[in-house]
Amino acid sequence: MKGGDEEVATPAGPPQPLDWKFSKVFGERIAGEEIQEVDIISAIEFDKTGDHLATGDRGGRVVLFERTDAKDHGLSRRDLERTDYPISRHPEFRYKTEFQSHEPEFDYLKSLEIEEKINKIRWCQTANSALFLLSTNDKTIKFWKVQEKKIKKISKIIADPSKAVGNGNVASSSNSNSPKPFPTNGVSPDRSCNHLGNDISFPPGGLPSLCLPVVVTSQETNLVARCRRVYGHAHDYHINSISNNSDGETFISADDLRINLWNLEISNQSFNIVDLKPANMEDLTEVITSAEFHPAHCNMLAYSSSKGSIRLIDLRQSALCDSHAKLFEESEAPGSRSFFTEIIASISDIKFAKDGRYILSRDYMTLKLWDINMDSGPVATFQVHEYLRPKLCDLYENDSIFDKFECCLSGDGLRVATGSYSNLFRVFGCAPESTEATTLEATKNPMRRQVQTPSRPSRSLNSITRVVRQAETLGVDANGNSLDFTTKLLHLAWHPTENLIACVAANSLYMYYA
Amino acid sequence: MSTVEAPLYPIAVLIDELKNDDIQLRLDSIRRLSTIARALGEERTRSELIPFLSENNDDDDEVLLAMAEELGVFIPYVGGVEHAHVLLTPLETLCTVEETCVRDKAVESLCKIGSQMRENDLIEWFTPLVKRLAAGEWFTARVSACGLFHIAYPSAPETLKTELRSIYGQLCQDDMPMVRRSAASNLWKFAGTVESAHLKADIMQMFEDLTQDDQDTVRLLAVEGCAALGKLLEPQDCAARILPVIVTFSQDKSWRVRYMVANQLYELCEAVGPEPIRTDLLPAYVRLLRDNEAEVRIAAAGKVTKFCQILSPELAIQHILPCVKELSLDSSQHVRAALASVVMGMAPVLGKDATIEQLLPIFLSLLKDEFPDVRLNIISKLDQVNQVIGIDLLSQSLLPAIVELAEDRHWRVRLAIIEYIPLLANQLGVGFFDDKLGGLCMQWLQDKVYSIRDAAANNLKRLAEEFGPDWAMQHIIPQVLEIANDSHYLHRMTLLRAISLLGPVLGSEITRSKLLPVVVNASKDRVPNIKFNVAKVLQSLISVVDQSVVEKTIRPCLVELSEDPDVDVRYFAVQGLQSIDQVTMSS
Repeated sequence: MKGGDEEVATPAGPPQPLDWKFSKVFGERIAGEEIQEVDIISAIEFDKTGDHLATGDRGGRVVLFERTDAKDHGLSRRDLERTDYPISRHPEFRYKTEFQSHEPEFDYLKSLEIEEKINKIRWCQTANSALFLLSTNDKTIKFWKVQEKKIKKISKIIADPSKAVGNGNVASSSNSNSPKPFPTNGVSPDRSCNHLGNDISFPPGGLPSLCLPVVVTSQETNLVARCRRVYGHAHDYHINSISNNSDGETFISADDLRINLWNLEISNQSFNIVDLKPANMEDLTEVITSAEFHPAHCNMLAYSSSKGSIRLIDLRQSALCDSHAKLFEESEAPGSRSFFTEIIASISDIKFAKDGRYILSRDYMTLKLWDINMDSGPVATFQVHEYLRPKLCDLYENDSIFDKFECCLSGDGLRVATGSYSNLFRVFGCAPESTEATTLEATKNPMRRQVQTPSRPSRSLNSITRVVRQAETLGVDANGNSLDFTTKLLHLAWHPTENLIACVAANSLYMYYA
Repeated sequence: MSTVEAPLYPIAVLIDELKNDDIQLRLDSIRRLSTIARALGEERTRSELIPFLSENNDDDDEVLLAMAEELGVFIPYVGGVEHAHVLLTPLETLCTVEETCVRDKAVESLCKIGSQMRENDLIEWFTPLVKRLAAGEWFTARVSACGLFHIAYPSAPETLKTELRSIYGQLCQDDMPMVRRSAASNLWKFAGTVESAHLKADIMQMFEDLTQDDQDTVRLLAVEGCAALGKLLEPQDCAARILPVIVTFSQDKSWRVRYMVANQLYELCEAVGPEPIRTDLLPAYVRLLRDNEAEVRIAAAGKVTKFCQILSPELAIQHILPCVKELSLDSSQHVRAALASVVMGMAPVLGKDATIEQLLPIFLSLLKDEFPDVRLNIISKLDQVNQVIGIDLLSQSLLPAIVELAEDRHWRVRLAIIEYIPLLANQLGVGFFDDKLGGLCMQWLQDKVYSIRDAAANNLKRLAEEFGPDWAMQHIIPQVLEIANDSHYLHRMTLLRAISLLGPVLGSEITRSKLLPVVVNASKDRVPNIKFNVAKVLQSLISVVDQSVVEKTIRPCLVELSEDPDVDVRYFAVQGLQSIDQVTMSS
């Protein structure tokens, strides 16, 4: 019980715990409805501005959501701020569009089925109001452009007389500013020009009987997703992470043993920058579990391993970065070793904080916050579901111990969040002195679980008692066998600028704000 | 045809296809935009086609790319230079699309057009466009703007020039790294048009800002422009302003920056005088040759000859040669390969004595390298060293290396050495070749890999060209024709291939007396593949031999094959007969 209980809470110091409220649910399950495997959401990501959210599912689909509250008034966000809008407004999202990103495939050379499941989505730099994102399954990364296109109709062509020329359309269309002061039909057939042979030569004034097709642009738009590039055939193992570089032109993709560096514009070659594959596979002791670029320094990236270590590498040092610049590892307490020690040490996800100074990591039992300037140990450790420790054996038996929980940080870096079982997720305050440790359930009533504990512990309470009490209440849950290992909340994301968490319970996307 | 006259129909279709649903048709149509423009006439091209194209900006990238390219050469179709400005509108839109290659092409076309525009028009139309793009909301517009300043600047009046310089300065500090990269890579172009007083002040300030950018990728591009920028400055200014930057960069923390310096250093040497080379750049270069990142050593090693050429032989021997020795033993095969591809060029620079004494041992060790690419690279540049030390000295060590490569287990290596055999034959002379390499050339004809057999056949042709028909008759033909009795049909096919290549080189008499009988004989082969190849070879030999031989030998043979049970044999035989008829008819 580190982190929370190390300091004694002082009433004035840390920010107040957040009061989470339900905002919205997409794809809510009706009682008794069976979940389709393909509908289960497997990836979630906000874009940099927080105006868009993308989810990917096991069926290979990518669904986009857009923020509505800032746009409704047709004002830019800056205008809204100037009008000093009441702060009660919270970000609201609505469904925008969806597209099929990946299809199931079969690798004939290796006799392997390649699932269409989306493992990760990352947003890229927006340009020209088109949205760009990278999505990946186990093997292939795709670069998508999603753009609103005005529906255009060709109202007149000249060569095909069977297509009636309806100029009513043209006249009624208000916004089309394409050139249309044409006669409705070409020109009467008797105004013939000189006979033109095969070798066409045109009179200097041009041929008046020809005219350009008239395009009518309607006010209606539809969203079109186009796959712009496919980055394939670069990974022997399953891709677990992709991450964009701050330079806006490169990204990395990581599988179990290797990390490759790509240029967004070049899809037929990538550079291998980390290779953990030993000459003899029997010597393999450790695999890559997650990798991410530093948010500001284009030369730095971090990757985590199944042994519970995080390595920071500097791309400037060498072309092949097998040697790390910094290693973050927690030395294990002597005597605490058990059969499960190594398994639960495996890091399932790492995230840089926005400022790039801190790295958040999630292993099976804890969240750890690391300062990249301090490699002796984490600056804070948060126990996510300590009450499960006695049950590790069961969790091992049913493979739950290998579940890969993701983690996220708030935009201001003051709080962290991660998921657990029974569709629970936890939010911890990581500011110094903060004792905030909230448990929420991904339902319309997120605080349901907290009814048993005072939802706002009085500030005078010693943090130790608080943590103990919470563990107890959950323990009761566990003893009552109400813990459900099949409903696990693996994926969640924190809005980059607001206190809004989007989290995934099977096929449903829940959003909470504070 | 209710609307268009019949002769215009094709062009009308072409116009309609500008909006076809099929991208291929749209592309074809755009590629023939000039035809459409000519059909519409200059007036309507300006008033209708160009506005139409300006609207057409959300098409597929391939179409936009083609459009950007076509518009670059469109001035004649809009009525000449005085109307060139109408082309700016569609290109301006294309400068803002998100696909880089489209933007680059649009910028290129804008530059093409701008460089032809009249000075007043530039001020009235082009410069405002540059300013609009530079102030664009999306980074794509600002990226494109950077590549246009050097066109707009020269004709601008003084106040506008000041403004343009300050806008470029802002672009160098843009929030988006993409914009700063574009500013960095276009800086030298812009600098080339700026007056020298401003060059030293404004432009150098921008350069210094870019060289201190947080993003490695921006610094990299700043280095890339160093040499070009240096050449614009007076040598002493270059030494004072650019040189320190380069020396610092040569010790940059990022290997990619050092790599770029290694690539640029030679160019920069041309810009500064000999003194700074000796005091600053030579030590920097030596450091790069000994860099601990292999990629940097590869880049540096590749420039070793060029660098030696600008140094005095003494300096080269004193400073560079020791590094070359180290590099020839480098742990990275790619470094050794890069060195091997250029090191031969050092021989003329160092002169005969130094070459024999110092360079020869290096050649020899590279020739024995375990990595085939290294050996190949040495052999490919053999002619350069031959001039200096003569072939006798080299041949003793050369031969084992060649034999080893000729038998390498990787067929691509064998293929590469075959390509160099004519060069070797030329350098080594007939005598040496007959003794040592002739056997190898025959051996390749029966290689397991088709590409090798094919290359071997081609090689025989090139040798026959090199040494003449008499030599070929003596040294090649007997051995080659023996293959006709080979039990393996693929080898017999190779023979046919060799014959079809050798025939034209050896001339009609040898072909008739030596080659043709073998081919005719092969037409009775039991393998159909041989037989239809016979038909093909015969067809190719028609033009080589006399008409009488064609009628007497080739035609009967083809006639016989044209009645073969195998359909393919019949097909090629008939083809052969047809070409005989054609030749007869035309003569």
